[in-house]
Formats: sequence, structure tokens, C-alpha cells
Amino acid sequence: MSKSRSVDGKWPWVFVLPTFLGVLAFYLWPLLKTMYDSFTETGPFGGATWVGAANYSQLIGDSEVYRAIVNTVVYTAIVLLGIPIAVLFASLLNRPGLKGAMVYRTLFFLPYVAMPTAISLVWRIIYNGEYGVLNQALGVIGIDGPSWITEEWFALVAVALLGLWMSIGFNMIVLSAGLKGIPSELYEAASLDGAGSAQQFRSITVPLLTPSIFFLSVITTIAGFQLFDQLFALLGPTNPVMPKTQSLVFLFYDAAFVGNERGYAAAVAVLILAVVGLLTLFQFRFQRRWVTYD
Amino acid sequence: MTKRADQQRLGSNRLAHVILVIGSLAMMFPFLWQLKLAFSSNAEIQAVPPDLLPKGLEWTNFTEVFERLPFLDQFWVSVAVTLGRTVGQLVLCSMAGYAFARMSFRFKGLMLALILSILMVPSQVYLIPQYQIIQQLGWLNTIQGIIAPGVFSAFGTFLMMQFFKTIPAELEEAARLDGCNPWQTFWKVVLPVAKPGLISLAIITVLASWADLLWPLVVTSSPNEMPLAVGLATLSGYQGSISPGVMMAAALMAMAPILILFVVLQRRVVEGIAFSGLK
Repeated sequence: MSKSRSVDGKWPWVFVLPTFLGVLAFYLWPLLKTMYDSFTETGPFGGATWVGAANYSQLIGDSEVYRAIVNTVVYTAIVLLGIPIAVLFASLLNRPGLKGAMVYRTLFFLPYVAMPTAISLVWRIIYNGEYGVLNQALGVIGIDGPSWITEEWFALVAVALLGLWMSIGFNMIVLSAGLKGIPSELYEAASLDGAGSAQQFRSITVPLLTPSIFFLSVITTIAGFQLFDQLFALLGPTNPVMPKTQSLVFLFYDAAFVGNERGYAAAVAVLILAVVGLLTLFQFRFQRRWVTYD
Repeated sequence: MTKRADQQRLGSNRLAHVILVIGSLAMMFPFLWQLKLAFSSNAEIQAVPPDLLPKGLEWTNFTEVFERLPFLDQFWVSVAVTLGRTVGQLVLCSMAGYAFARMSFRFKGLMLALILSILMVPSQVYLIPQYQIIQQLGWLNTIQGIIAPGVFSAFGTFLMMQFFKTIPAELEEAARLDGCNPWQTFWKVVLPVAKPGLISLAIITVLASWADLLWPLVVTSSPNEMPLAVGLATLSGYQGSISPGVMMAAALMAMAPILILFVVLQRRVVEGIAFSGLK
């Protein structure tokens, strides 16, 4: 770059320092503080005492933590189904000459921009065990639906279906960008060779979409381990089923701000950080095995 | 293209429409149902089997939202928080992003690395110390308390930096030769060209701030000082007294501004999210 230090003078600091100091105070310092706090215990009147790895041994022995991890895995597995669903819809939407594509796009995307806490209240009524429209619909085909938001595994599935519904629009945006990158000559050549739509989908669309699919699976898994909003808003924080359906983030929130166990909560936060970090690394390491770039 | 191939394509587009219509209905149903419930009386909502269309328009749910919930207070908190965070991020992130993209200075690499190091860190990791900072500033239950950490963004800085790198530097050189100082160059020449990047960042920040739950939940406790997201999420506390119809009316009004904004700016929102999501 041609610009030398003397040209820019003090100006760079004017531009950079507000953000740098803000990030330092509100993010970097808190990051270190949480790591330190995870080795301390909060006294009844505030103040913290060093307890070594006690919070971590409590974490390892805590059955609620295992349950939260199992819940997160179940939740994430269900929400990941949104990726193949979105692949189907996005590839249909990107067919050349399809009329009304913009309208479909808008409709599919609405759940993603809807406020999660507001739309969760709607789902709570749809899921209602007595008068909810879901169980009434199930009743029509002879199934006696459960009380979705108060029975432990059903409540978790209910939260995950909501998450799945909300994820499809975002998935489709990412996949559409991926689809636009596939050269149309490939399809033309395949048609000339006599390949049908289904075969083109299998041998051109899906392989060339793998970078987008990979990206989405990373994002979805990370978001799954940070599940909080839908869980909190759909089930309600005082729901008796919560101890059985909670996520790691809910466990963290509960320990930090309801139970006032800041040290233990900090350890849970570090666990979330470790899990998310490991997942990201793992996925990036193994992407080359099944992702086709170009 | 031959006639036969044309017909084939039309035929399969018909199948595509069938699948897409079914999909759109699944996406739309909760919104339509919410609309219906918001205009229904309680007896209608709890009727078994339900009517698919409302019997009439029941406006009392909406008036009750204003009588029984601090809806208007919470609405203004949401507006103020969203505006504050968005304007703050647009100004601060574009300034920092510009410096990282175009200027040279000491510790540049180190500062950028430190800022980017928090990109993948889940927000819970900062939450307790952030809360303690806000508490010590005496900002609990205040708008500035909800806004404060959210005006600084590693993601926004990164986004703007990437964007500025795509703008040709000639304009800035010309401004410099005309005697503009870096601030004037940035403000008068660079920012107007950076509009698409700014719009992307604004859209993402507006969506995130309006919906944000965990942080405002932690720093606010009085119902009049909460944003709508927290007010709605903690409604279950009132559940005994707040009827489903009123809940639906409140939820509808809370998400309406964002939905309207989205439908009006649809293309920009989609572009903005694709741009930022793919980096």
C-alpha cells in the first residue's frame, strides 16, 4: 500500500479506538473474566473466592448438564432436517422460468424475520393440548395428540419443530446463492446426454451445493448449542418440564441469574465455548472429505 | 428450445408449484392462525373443533393489550434500543472497518486479530461480566444499559472492512488531493459509496436488536423498562389473567413493524443476509 504512516498521522486512532476500546471493555475483558470466574465461587453477599477446579468437577458430576447436552443433540438433529427440506424448495424455486418466485421467497422467509418470542406464543397455542389446532388436526386422522408443551420429550420436539420451521428461510437464502453459482451449461449438457430432472438434481445440484450445505450444517449446529429464545418463550421459564428439556444456555442463565451461582455458571459458559469451538474445528477438518469445491 | 422440451418444462414447473404452494402454506399457517386468533373471542379460541375462519372481528383483544399490558412503554423501549444499536454500529463499525481496510498504523494486525478473535465466541461467555459492568454504571433498567455492549461489533467491523476493500481507492485519492482530511474523505466520499454495505449491516442489526431476548432479559426487571421481546417472553407469568386472544394481539403488534419492513425491503433484506451470511 502506498500510504505511509506520516500521511495518516493520528487519524487511524480516531477511527479505530472507539470500537477497539469498546470491544476490549465489553468483550475481551469479559471473556477473560468469565474464564477466571469459572474457578471461583460467589459468596452470599457477592465477592468471590478461589475454589480451583471445583466448578468443573461439579459440572462433570451434574446430571442436568448431561441432560442438557442430550437435549441439544436431539434438538440439533431435528433442526438439521431443515437443510434437505430447504435444498428441495430452493432448487424448485430456482428453476428457470418459474413464475411467482419472488412471492414464494417472501413467504418462505417470513418465519426467519418474525420475532422468535412473538411467534413462539402463537405456536404455544397451536400446540395446546386441549384446544390446540395441531392436536385437533391429529384427531381427524385418529391420533390422540399429547400435551405438547408439558410432557418432557414432546416439549423438546415441539421446540425443535419450531426451530426447524424458523430455519428454512435462512437455509434457502444461502442455498439460492449457491445455486446461482452453478453454471447452467452443466444442466444443458446433462439434458443433451439424456439425464432427467431427478438425475440432474442428484449428480449436479447436490454435489455442487455441498459447500453451502456444509456451511449451513456448521451454522445450524452452533446455533443448536446456543438454543435459548424459542425454548424460553415457547415453554415459559417456570414450566415444570423445563429441568428435563433445558439447553446448556438455559442452564447457564438459570445458574447465573436465578440461582446466583456465578462461578458455576461461568464454568457452564466455558463448556459452551469449548463445545462450539470443537464442533467448528471438527467440521472444518472433515469438510474436505465430502465437500466439492468447484 | 424445442416444443417438446418446452412442454416438458411447463409440466414439471406445475409439479414445482404444487410442492412450493404446500411449503408456503406450512410457512404461512402460524401467521394466518395468529391473525385469526387475535380477532377471536376466548370462547372461539378454545372451541373444539375450531372454526377455520373467525365469526366476526373482535377488536377487544387489541384494546385490552393497551389496557392490561405496558405494551406502549415496551414498544418505545424496543424502538429506542433498535435505533441506538443500529446507528451506533453503523458509525463505529464503518469507522473501524475503514481504518483496517485502508490505513496503516502501529498494532494494526494485533488489534484486528483481537477484535476478530471474539467472532466465534458464544455470547453467553461475556454475559455475566457485561451485566456486572452495566450494574456498576447504574444502568440496569435503562435504555443505554440495553444498548451499550451492542454498539460494538466484531462482526460489523469485519463486514464493513471486507466491503471497503472492494471499493476502488481512486475516489479517495482524488478527495485527498482536493485537500480533504481523512475524516472528510470518509464522511463525504467513502460512506456514500458504501451504502450497500451499510444497508446490509443495518438490516442485520435491526432484526437482531428487535428480537434480542437474553441480554435485555438480564439487565431489565421492571415491565415498563423492558423491550417487547422480553415483555412477551415473560407473559407466561401473567398467564392466568392474560387470555390467548390478548396474547395473540400483542404478539401480532410486536412483530408487525419488522414484518412490514421486511416485505417492503424484501430484496435488500435477502441480499443483505446472503452477503453477510456468506462473508
